[in-house]
Amino acid sequence: MFFIFNLNGWQASDRFNINSQLEHLQAKYVGTGHADMNRFEWAVNIQRDSYASYVGHYPMLAYFAIAENESIGRERYNFMQKMLLPCGLPPEREDE
Amino acid sequence: MYLYNLTLQQATGIVCAINGSFSGGNKSQEIVVARGKVLELLRPDENGKIQTILSVDVFGAIRSLAQFRLTGAQKDYIVVGSDSGRIVILEYNKEKNVFDKIHQETFGKSGSRRIVPGQYLAIDPKGRAVMIGACEKQKLVYVLNRDTAARLTISSPLEAHKSHTITYSITGVDCGFDNPIFAAIELDYSEADQDSTGQAANEAQKHLTFYELDLGLNHVSRKWSEQVDNGANMLVTVPGGGDGPSGVLVCAENFVIYKNQGHPDVRAVIPRRADLPAERGVLIVSATMHKQKSMFFFLLQTEYGDVFKVTLDHDNERVTELKIKYFDTIPVSSSMCVMKLGFLFAASEFGNHALYQFQAIGADPDIESSSATLMETEEGFQPVFFKPRGLKNLVRIDQVESLMPIMDMKVVNFFEEETPQIFTLCGRGPRSSLRILRPGLAISEMAVSQLPGVPGAVWTVKKNVNDEFDAYIVVSFANATLVLSIGETVEEVSDSGFLDTTPSLAVSLIGDDSLMQVHPTGIRHIRDRGRINEWRTPGKRTIVKVGSNRLQVVIALSGGEIIYFEVDIHGQLQEVEKNEMSGDVACLDIAPVPEGRQRSRFLAVGSYDNTIRILSLDPDDCMQVLSLQSLSSPPESLLFLEVQASVGGEDGADHPASLFLNAGLQSGVLFRTVVDMVTGQLSDARSRFLGLRPPKVFSILVRGKRAMLCLSSRPWLGYVHQGHFLLTPLSYETLEYAASFSSDQCAEGVVAVAGDALRVFTIERLGETFNETSIPLRYTPRKFVFHPKKKLLITIESDQGAFPAEIRESAKKECFEAAGQGQNGKMEVENGADDEDKDDPLSDEQYGYPKAEADKWVSCIRVLDPKSTETTCLLELQDDEAAFSICTVNFHDKEYGTLLVVGTAKGLQFWPKRSLVAGFIHVYRFVKEGRGIELLHKTQVEGVPLALCQFQGRLLAGIGSVLRLYDLGKRRLLRKCENKLFPNTINSIHTYRDRIYVGDIQESFHYCKYRRDENQLYVFADDSVPRYLTASYHIDFDTMAGADKFGNIYFVRLPQDVSDEIEEDPTGGKIKWEQGKLNGAPNKVEEIVQFHVGDVVTCLQKASLIPGGVECVMYGTMMGSLGALLAFGSRDDVDFFSHLEMHMRQENPPLCGRDHMAYRSAYFPVKDVIDGDLCEQYPTLPLDIQRKIADELDRTPGEILRKLEEVRNKIV
Repeated sequence: MFFIFNLNGWQASDRFNINSQLEHLQAKYVGTGHADMNRFEWAVNIQRDSYASYVGHYPMLAYFAIAENESIGRERYNFMQKMLLPCGLPPEREDE
Repeated sequence: MYLYNLTLQQATGIVCAINGSFSGGNKSQEIVVARGKVLELLRPDENGKIQTILSVDVFGAIRSLAQFRLTGAQKDYIVVGSDSGRIVILEYNKEKNVFDKIHQETFGKSGSRRIVPGQYLAIDPKGRAVMIGACEKQKLVYVLNRDTAARLTISSPLEAHKSHTITYSITGVDCGFDNPIFAAIELDYSEADQDSTGQAANEAQKHLTFYELDLGLNHVSRKWSEQVDNGANMLVTVPGGGDGPSGVLVCAENFVIYKNQGHPDVRAVIPRRADLPAERGVLIVSATMHKQKSMFFFLLQTEYGDVFKVTLDHDNERVTELKIKYFDTIPVSSSMCVMKLGFLFAASEFGNHALYQFQAIGADPDIESSSATLMETEEGFQPVFFKPRGLKNLVRIDQVESLMPIMDMKVVNFFEEETPQIFTLCGRGPRSSLRILRPGLAISEMAVSQLPGVPGAVWTVKKNVNDEFDAYIVVSFANATLVLSIGETVEEVSDSGFLDTTPSLAVSLIGDDSLMQVHPTGIRHIRDRGRINEWRTPGKRTIVKVGSNRLQVVIALSGGEIIYFEVDIHGQLQEVEKNEMSGDVACLDIAPVPEGRQRSRFLAVGSYDNTIRILSLDPDDCMQVLSLQSLSSPPESLLFLEVQASVGGEDGADHPASLFLNAGLQSGVLFRTVVDMVTGQLSDARSRFLGLRPPKVFSILVRGKRAMLCLSSRPWLGYVHQGHFLLTPLSYETLEYAASFSSDQCAEGVVAVAGDALRVFTIERLGETFNETSIPLRYTPRKFVFHPKKKLLITIESDQGAFPAEIRESAKKECFEAAGQGQNGKMEVENGADDEDKDDPLSDEQYGYPKAEADKWVSCIRVLDPKSTETTCLLELQDDEAAFSICTVNFHDKEYGTLLVVGTAKGLQFWPKRSLVAGFIHVYRFVKEGRGIELLHKTQVEGVPLALCQFQGRLLAGIGSVLRLYDLGKRRLLRKCENKLFPNTINSIHTYRDRIYVGDIQESFHYCKYRRDENQLYVFADDSVPRYLTASYHIDFDTMAGADKFGNIYFVRLPQDVSDEIEEDPTGGKIKWEQGKLNGAPNKVEEIVQFHVGDVVTCLQKASLIPGGVECVMYGTMMGSLGALLAFGSRDDVDFFSHLEMHMRQENPPLCGRDHMAYRSAYFPVKDVIDGDLCEQYPTLPLDIQRKIADELDRTPGEILRKLEEVRNKIV
């Protein structure tokens, strides 16, 4: 986890509670999970992380570029484009 | 097992490049390139050759670079975006030749992550702010300024984040001295993630957003956002503030659009290649802008390599027309840099980089598309078509070798030379090649001339100490001396004053302007205006050895007498002292006269009793023995070499002046020892075997510094490069005698004699470990094997999405006819791409193959004779079949002998899902002494055979997830046994005795056994870590080395007790096998070595690069680097190097802010590998830190340097 709780300063009257801390984490770090996360959300995050990692590691881009016989620039563009819908359409939401 | 990792050849591919004036001053223009984890400064010299000035390993992945200049300054700074979670600003320090870290600001976690900035960098054109962005969400702006002492300052970061937003590109907008603005292409995905109908995803729209940095409020705000074409991928700054209309060029698929706030879009279509399939777009992959006083233009390169010149017609702030004109076609580049001197540096994505000179700037009419003639029809915008042509505006003047990507590598002593050669398959598509690397420096031969006899020695001599060039070459024969004068031509002269009827022992410049010739019976001193003094030996004794510097001469007479002469103030040679040695003298040398001194204090005398004595030449203790060194064998030659004191400078770090005595011993060893400058004591001895002949050592000049040439069975050069003393072989034949050579045509050369020829050569590309010979190939090479008996090599090459050779040739023919040009030699199918004809107007190397649909494949099998570089057989596969694996097999009890087996796939496609029509295993027979192949039969299989291997006289094939054993039949291969239980796809098979080591594409290694009696293949051990294997090598019975896609190298070993148990078990562990563990085999291998290389390793091999040396594991990578892992022999060495590494981590944190240990453990914690690349940075540290580390290790800095040198010499 990203935070170490400072127990000495921890008081019941503290306006932070565990939920707001978690919300803060989720807002700050994209991809932080939550209890109601479904399979789709999880997969989307993994896929986006993977594509970002491919784009960030140049040798890996080159590796894909050779496999597909495309230019590295095209490969980077393709990966960035795929970040929009990496796992296809989201499932229909069940009403809560 | 502890390993020492050493990069032998730094990565040669380029990730990104920038140009600017980094050393200051307007005249100099340099290029800074990022080669993965290496940052380099390059400079084109006056001849247009690219020189590497500085190369630093930063131990982190560099992802982006930018340069900026503060207003009014003369010097550019470098901003580095890397995976360190930090922004780093560097300045090039010309005096010390280092990059100085000016600022390092931490903003996030390390690693290449989605929301941690580092992927993109943008600079305000006036150098007031920098923006660093991530793929998603985060963008940070730092304000750059100057403090009162004119030092660069950096602010704390200002956030320009936007959640759920993907960023495609960012750039600075030139708005003069108004508030800095940054532009970004963004895409918001939040709605598309929620909407299950897909409507939101269809409507998702990229936006061009301007972020304004308010310098007054110190705040960044979204100023303006407007929809932009959904194919947009890149932004280019348009000059503003008086120089142009400001705004940005948005490069999108098929379009270039000019956009600015409050300005209507100006759109033009990118011209298309006429032969491009309709479904393919045209994407701009690299761009550069060139601005002169009155005009500016852009060069944009497409993914096919075509470069377009883009110009804007503008009327103050209004852009009226955008024109895109075809410029030229060069290989696809990752970055282009236009330099002020009229050069274009293009860093190729794959293959050699090139430096071009502008012949024109595309002012002539050419195919052009313009916003004014934009036609929109029902099918969309109508493109303009063109056909690529030869270079018109550019001319290539230099190229920088790049091995990127290394697809396969084998180290063998194929040519039976002294050291093995490294065969690498490099490049992609039409720019592929087989490169043969040999350890050593390349030389370029300037002249070879035959002499009338077999010479024994050669010298060059100047007439005056102040002369720039040498005046004479003096060659000594068995009974004569030949004098050649150096001028426009080199010709024999007889008026030089040298005695030509006797052999010579030494020729040199003495005093300021007189020459000396030592011959067996005397010394001839030739003074100005032809006055000659002759000194004769007493009695019948002859001179056997001579040592001299500019002011001192020592001769040794037969019998062991030494006579010492000095040049007096009148320029006369005066006898000073005599000394009787105990026996004959083997060799002599005098140290050079130190700056500002009268004489050198040291004389070294080598004797046949295996000793070297250092004698004093000072008047008060003349001929006193100062020290004595005993040797393993008699010395053959001696040389004092001063490793010059320098305070940085272009050769690298500070190092103190130290005097080395080098001795070539008769055993072929070069012995080097440090001479104390005051006492003459010898210490710190190192020796190295150079070759079979006793090395002769000569002093020559390299880059203006003293260096050493050692001639053994091959020549070696000892020189200082970037702070290291390197002793490197030259790739040249055996030489007898050498001297440095300097003339008008050749400033720094070497003249040497070998056989009856006189040779003049220069040494090129100092600092490199390998020199290469290249043989072009046709398609992307995949793998290669050697014919086991004949000296031949067989490669398989295949490319997706290209047309077969016949269609390409007929299309090309048509194209030529259309252009009204005749055919040329390029038309034969057989040597299509092999032709090195540079004048070919449409060489595939330059233009690439025309694109075809993704299910089209071209492939060939080639038999090559590397010696003559001749292709003896080339077989093109038909009907979209592509070769992926190859091996040679000797089937048992069959008549054919060695057969060649090739695995192919037909109609393979990766998208939208991996599919294929069929897989085949071809069996070929060698014909014509192995120089040709003939198809025996082909067997259809259900998947792609990615791995083939011989096993017990049969063939093992990995077909998809099936491991199958085949025997040879008359019409096809016969299935004998199979195991279908492999998790994904088998991509490597190695065998040893009855064990089979299978590598899976995602699941690491599986150890199998074959039971002949039950005819069963079963897995008895596997790995618990999922590894995406890219390379594998069999190390020993229990150990495998592998490399994964993420840039890690690892070794796994089956524990000894498990291994014994399986070997002893009569069922071979079969009963246990039936009860698997963790969804796999019952036994698990253990990881014993783990190391992050930082680059996709594509090939591994165990080999030794030096004759008789220990074997190390060599690896080749995607980015074109070669490295080696050497196993340590002793515990002491492990302790020493791990401590050195620890101290280096502390005292020398990597330049770009990535923690060294974290980098080497990027995916898995590093285990038992010591990073030699870090240890080798030791000599580049400041002296006090070197001493501090040495103290902590209880050693002297000299000892540490010696250790580093020793371990390197064990590898190469």
